[in-house]
This record gives sequence, C-alpha cells and structure tokens, in this order.
Amino acid sequence: METSMNETQQQAKETVFRAPDRGDLQATATVDREVRRTVGEARVADPRIRCNDINVYYGTAQAIKNVNLDVGRNEVLAMIGPSGCGKSTFLRCLNRMNDTIDGCRVTGDILLDERNINAKEIDVVPLRAQVGMVFQKPNPFPKSIWENVAFGPRIHGLARSRAQLDEVVESSLRRAGLWDEVKDRLDKPGTGLSGGQQQRLCIARTIAVQPEVILMDEPCSALDPISTAKIEELIDELRQQFSICIVTHSMQQAARVSQRTAYFHLGDLIEVGNTEQIFTNPNHKLTEDYITGRFG
Amino acid sequence: MNQLILIFVLLLLSLAAYQMGRRRAYGLVDGQLRKLHSLPVYYGLYAAMWCLLPALLVLIAWTAFDGAIISHLVVGQLPESLHGADAGSINLLLNDIRNVRMGLVPPESADPVVVAAAQHWDHLQRIGYAALAVVVLILAVLGAIFTLTRIHPQQRARNAVERLVLVMMMAAASVAVLTTVGIVLSVLFESILFFRLVPVTEFLFGTSWSPQMAMRADQVGSSGAFGAVPIFVGTALISAIAMVVAVPIGLLSAIYLSEYAAPAFRSVAKPLLEVLAGIPTVVYGVFAVLVVAPAIRSWGMSLGLDVASESALAAGLVMGVMIIPFVSSLSDDVINAVPQSLRDGAYALGATPSETTRKVVLPAALPGIVGSIMLAISRAIGETMIVVMAAGLSANLSFNPLESVTTVTVQIVTLLTGDQEFDSPKTLAAFALGLLLFLVTLGLNVIALRVVNKYREQYE
Repeated sequence: METSMNETQQQAKETVFRAPDRGDLQATATVDREVRRTVGEARVADPRIRCNDINVYYGTAQAIKNVNLDVGRNEVLAMIGPSGCGKSTFLRCLNRMNDTIDGCRVTGDILLDERNINAKEIDVVPLRAQVGMVFQKPNPFPKSIWENVAFGPRIHGLARSRAQLDEVVESSLRRAGLWDEVKDRLDKPGTGLSGGQQQRLCIARTIAVQPEVILMDEPCSALDPISTAKIEELIDELRQQFSICIVTHSMQQAARVSQRTAYFHLGDLIEVGNTEQIFTNPNHKLTEDYITGRFG
Repeated sequence: MNQLILIFVLLLLSLAAYQMGRRRAYGLVDGQLRKLHSLPVYYGLYAAMWCLLPALLVLIAWTAFDGAIISHLVVGQLPESLHGADAGSINLLLNDIRNVRMGLVPPESADPVVVAAAQHWDHLQRIGYAALAVVVLILAVLGAIFTLTRIHPQQRARNAVERLVLVMMMAAASVAVLTTVGIVLSVLFESILFFRLVPVTEFLFGTSWSPQMAMRADQVGSSGAFGAVPIFVGTALISAIAMVVAVPIGLLSAIYLSEYAAPAFRSVAKPLLEVLAGIPTVVYGVFAVLVVAPAIRSWGMSLGLDVASESALAAGLVMGVMIIPFVSSLSDDVINAVPQSLRDGAYALGATPSETTRKVVLPAALPGIVGSIMLAISRAIGETMIVVMAAGLSANLSFNPLESVTTVTVQIVTLLTGDQEFDSPKTLAAFALGLLLFLVTLGLNVIALRVVNKYREQYE
C-alpha cells in the first residue's frame, strides 16, 4: 500500500516536472487531472486526523475534489492557496461546520483518532467540543469576558462549581496570553476589547472546552502586525497540547508558524509537505507559481 | 374658488420662470456647463422658487385673515345706533349678515341695516379679491424678473435650492412632532377643566366609576363618581391576558421561523402570520362576541363556574391573537439581524441549536424583542374595537378574568358618543382618561427603554 502510493506520487512528480518545460501559465491553466494529483507526503505516522477521499459539493458545484490529507499530533498544519481554492471549506469539514450551510454535502471518511466523524451517526455536539474552531473575524459573544470563556465549559458541564469554572476561565485566559490584560475586568463585555484581544479571547474560549484539535480560519487577517505576532507566538505554544490546522493568506505566516504546509488550488490538494521544503523547494509548478507570487 | 384659479396661474408662471431660468443659464455660457457653478436645472428651480413662494405666502396670509379684516370693516361701517353694542349682539348681527349673503334669508324679509351691511361685505370682498390677485401676480412676476436678470455663472443656485429643500424637510419632520404636542396640549387643557370639577385624588384613587350626572336639579341618584381605578384595573387585566397569549406564541413562532424553519416554509408562513395583523379589529370583535365568549361561557358552566357573558377572558384571548403578529414579526426581524458569526461561534464550541438560541441569539436580540413586546402592550392598552364589542361596560373592580370588566378606551367611547355637553364632568372625564392613558403608556415605554439599555448585549 505504502509503496504503491509512493509510486503514483513519483509518476505525478515526473509529469509535473515536464509541465514547467512547456513553459508559461497557459500550460498551467490547461493542466490535466494527472498533474493535479497531490504531490508530497499527505500521510504521517500516527495521525490525529486522517482524511480519505474528501469531496465537498455546494449544490452541484464541487468545492473540494478527492482530497487525502493527514493532520499529525502536536503539529501546526498550514493551508494556503488562492481565494476560492477550498481551503476554508476543507477546514470546516474537520468539525462538521459545513452542516450549518444549506445545500452543502461532504463525502469521504474523516478519521479523528480512527473514528469516522463524517458518519451519519456521529453527534456533532461532542465532536465540536473535541475539534474547536477560531474564525476569521473575532466573534466574542456580547457577554462579559468571564462568560465568554465559561460558555463552553458550562454547556458541556465541565465544571461542577463556580470555583471550578473560575479556575478554567483563568487557566484558559492564561494559556491564551490574555490573563494579565483582562484579569481586572472579567465582568466587562468581551466586545469592548481590541481586535487582537478579542481574537485571543476567542482562542481562550476554544481551549476552555479542552479540544484535541483547533481549527483556525485566517485568524489574523483582521488584526494589526503586533496582535498577529502575539497570536503566532500563542499558536506555537498551543502546539505542545493540540493539533492545529490554520488557513492563512499570508505565506510568511504559514512559514513562521507551521511544520507542514498544504497548498490547495481550485478544490485540489496540489502539494503537501514539510513547510521548509514547500517554501524553499516546491515540487509542483502550481505551488512554485503561487509562493513566488506569480498569481494568487 | 378664486384662490384656486390664482394658484393655478401662479404654478404656470413659475413653470415659465423655471424654463426661462434654465435656458438663460445655459445661454450665458454657450452650453459649456463647466463654467456654471450649478447645473442649469438649479437656476430654473431658483427662479421658480422666487416666483412662487413669496406670492404663495401672501395668498395664504390673505386667506387666513380676510374674514377677520372684512368683518372688522363691516362692523365699523354699521350705523351709529349699533356702536358700543356688546360682543354677543355683534356676533348675532354678523350671523344675520352671513345668512343674507348665503341666501339663507331672503333680503326682502331681513332688516335693511343687515341687507346693507351684507352688500357692503360683498363689495369689500370683491375689492379684496381683485387686490389680492393683482398683488400676488405682481409679486410673482417681480420675483421671476428679479432672479432671472440676476442669473450669472458664479451664482450658487444649487446651494439656495438645496437650502429650500432642507427647510421643507424640516417642516415635514416637525408636522408629526407638532401634532403630538397639539394633541397632548388639547387633552391636557380639557383635563385641567375636569380636575377643577373633580379632585385629582378622587380620579386617581377612587374605586367607583359611574359617570352618569344629573342633568336637572330635580333628578336624584346620579351624582357621578369618577374613580378611575376600576377601569385601569380592567384595562390591565385584559392587556395582561392578551400578553399571556401573544408573547409566548409570538416569540416561539419567531424563534421557529428564524432559527429552525426551512427557508421555503418561512417564506410562506411569515406573510401568512402577518395577514393576522391585516384583519380589521371589528372582525376580531365579532369573533370574540359570537364565538369565543359563548364558548368560554359554556365551558365555564360545564365546570360549574359562573362566567359573565362578556368576560375579560374572551376579549383578552382574542386581543392576544390579534397581537401575535406584532410580537412575532418584529422579533423575527431582530433575531435575523443577529450576526451569523455569533451562531457559528457557539456551534463551534459544541453548543446545540437550542443552547445557541437561548444563550447567544436571544440575549443579543433582547433589545429588539423587548421593543416588540412593548409595542404589543401599547397596542393592547390602546385597542378599542374588540373591547367595545366583547368587554362589558360595567366598571367592576375585579381581577377575575371570568367577570365582566371595562377598559379605558371603552369608557372614552361611551362618554363621547351621542349628544354631549362640553362643560359637564361626564364629557371632560374622557379627556382625563385619555391623558392618564397617554402617561401610562409613556411611562411603560420609558421603563422599557431603561431595561433594554441596562441588559442589552451590544454586538458591534
């Protein structure tokens, strides 16, 4: 099994290597299905999440085509690609957030700790407690900072008493690097914080329910550079405990925070591999064009 | 009639001024619009404005005051013998003069003095009309000529026209405010008259309401009692029953429609629910009297309860149904206005749809929901037709929904229908009730605003 996959990847690589010879972007635009086969190491040993043949359809339009991808333990996986390439859609498959969109259909197996979370009988409520999500725009609830963080533990019954809740709130805020900034105003509305603080509050809210995986959908795109730096630092610390998938438009950010990088293009997973290798020595023509800024 | 023709002529004149102003502005720069400060249209409007407005103001002023001026002149011309007569007899005389002029009294059967005065009046009025027409037309033509000759490319015609539009908008906006102030003041003055006859404390705290007054000195028994407590209790009781029906049903249907229902179902169900608001209240009243009240009565009898045929329960239930769309439609709108990102945030934490609705969406939508409930309460308190038909007239001081009670609006209707004397406490009581009702709803709105501001969860 392992060898046969390597062989197909080898073939794909060869096909790809011929594509640059043909030259220009014209060739890339008409690139055929064979060339779109994923290049690189989509699989890892002992994955946290393993995705097999994921297809996503919005009505009749296909947004994700046959994607196979693993998320390792304690790693940050960055997903990059031009707008509309399906990276956010793929991210939302991992905690079934696509269920909330009318007309969206997901096929394929998504194994979280070897359990298929895309199966009909899986209840999304405990799943989403296991796989948390941080959104592009900070979306704190219009409640106090304390209530924001305590929301998840409360609905999942993770704390028995107010004192325990206080503890969870404090430790989550500490881990999100926000405690020192807000400890004197926990009863003030979370919407009154700055954009960067709001986003860290959302991260604290997510880790308060003790997930295994955290999904981040362009978490820094609405933030200033200093807040971005803080969040990136935080992501690196959180990696000790969680697996993190981050969708980003900033290639520098992907290079800074991630260990592995996946490049999506028009619903196809084009290339995945070690972040350093992707950014220094991409194997696929499309990846190279994207990271060198020829389109995107 | 004359004024209408005059206004028509004025409009024609200003239309001509508009055309001329536009052409002139265009001609001044040989069609090179860049050299004009404003578009040619504005020069035309500017000329039309100066042609129409001063003339129109004079016309309105004349129409408002000509009666007073002419009657003053006619009275001044009356024979010496009538000078120094008191206002009442002068008024009678003026009345006679009007009757002669209108042809209600044949001139030959009237007092010759009156006939002469009537002829004088007609004469003055003809002169007045002629003078008015001349003055107005001259003003219009002068205004047009004045502005047309002064048009030059740097003139700020657009600014002047826009200032006029601004003034017109301010006038339109103040109409509603002034009307409200006027209504409140008129109710207030009549109420003050009432409170001269009946002490405020008796009105506010008295527990007996029986507004029948003796018309003659020899009548007995009906001295009138004006304690408003029973009717306000009745209003509160019926409104409370209506809210108990409308708030849960309205809110739950709003939550269902906005959070759970499929878009196709929602697009059909919401307009259907809003049809309820379009049914005339008199139809609800018929429904309450002929269907609901007898049903409640027979149901009560089967349980051995004594139910009045015009029970508060029947009126309240039907009123509640009438109010459902106010609660549901407005609440549905505000729930829909809660950003999807908040729902996504809750779902991503593993909240169920019901937890998301209860703990995130409803708190965020609370101000709007309270607003819709307040609107519904105001409707319930002010609703008239259903209670006139289905609630009783007897002012029982009772909290029992199976008894017959009366409401403020019902009392106002009964006090003011039929022939009235406007100086009896019976009639004036209606104004006092109206004032108190206004103050109560105002107070409710203020409280609701406070509550909303205190508990609102601000999303952006």
